[in-house]
Amino acid sequence: MATRGSSSAIGDPLVISERETRDAPPHRIGLWHVGVVVSTHTETPTGRSIVLDVPGWGGNLAGQHADVRLTASDGYQAVRSYSIASAGDSDRVELAVDRFPTGEVSPYLVDDLLPGDELELRGPLGGWFVWKPTQTESVQLIGGGSGIVPLVAMIRSHTDSASTAPFRLLYSVRTSDDAFFRSELERPTPHLDVTWLYTRRVPHGWPRPAARISLADLAASAFASSLSPAVFVCGPTGFVETVATDLVALGHDPQRVKTERFGGA
Amino acid sequence: MPEPVDGNSLAGPFSELFSADLTTATARCLGCGDVSELARATVYPDPTGYVVRCGRCDDVLMVIIEEPDSIRLELRGMSWLKVPR
Repeated sequence: MATRGSSSAIGDPLVISERETRDAPPHRIGLWHVGVVVSTHTETPTGRSIVLDVPGWGGNLAGQHADVRLTASDGYQAVRSYSIASAGDSDRVELAVDRFPTGEVSPYLVDDLLPGDELELRGPLGGWFVWKPTQTESVQLIGGGSGIVPLVAMIRSHTDSASTAPFRLLYSVRTSDDAFFRSELERPTPHLDVTWLYTRRVPHGWPRPAARISLADLAASAFASSLSPAVFVCGPTGFVETVATDLVALGHDPQRVKTERFGGA
Repeated sequence: MPEPVDGNSLAGPFSELFSADLTTATARCLGCGDVSELARATVYPDPTGYVVRCGRCDDVLMVIIEEPDSIRLELRGMSWLKVPR
């Protein structure tokens, strides 16, 4: 790799500039960084966001994730993947984590981690479930629970880049208390339309009864397949599979639908 | 058995082995001939590693076994892997 790059640099500067400007997302080989927790914020009864300074991180695209590694005093290690809520060139990284009661990593991140603590991170990871500010087509985001995290990164990247690409978000949560980044998502944002779906309890006077997301919700509130939007779906496995099936039934090209399912770890 | 996740969750483990992001690589399934990004594959994590199955026919594409001193890749179910550079 290095040989190819340096020989091109001598022989043909145009080739090098083409390679440098290609659309490859940041990707750092197997490197673990040590981040320091700057702040934490309670988002829901079971989840919180964590801001870290990670020297050498070098920024990430919207939608990428990080692996977090915990090491016990006996040397046992556990690694889990978490979506990144932030995007951009900075070494400051925001994660948002929901607690799985039986998990090995998330209870520590949600209940115990304090500002000043160190945390090992690997990344940024994944060049597939990403949105880039150079994309101009309509974008449909569909999130369930903490599946909102990579979608929030895309919304932030959209805002930060003053993109005029039309964005729509469908966000399904149990109750209004269970929404991550609620105040940020309720703030009016240019070129972004947000639809809230409640599955257990609705706010007073809410027109739609509490119910899981359905094909009717997608037909009513999501961009039509005729617009060929880029679609990003993130949430629990069952949520993602239901939504992906319904999207295809509504005529969306499966190749335009990208999913990120999280299991129960 | 844990619930399956998407192939894009393998970006971390792959990053220990390859300089390119393998989740954006496309593979051809030996079973059904489907050509898809590995990010679209179905991944079953287990305590020893990952079983990666075709998103279309569910045949095993690859098995990743993590051992203390090595990582074993069994590429038993794909006829080729095309990696963007």
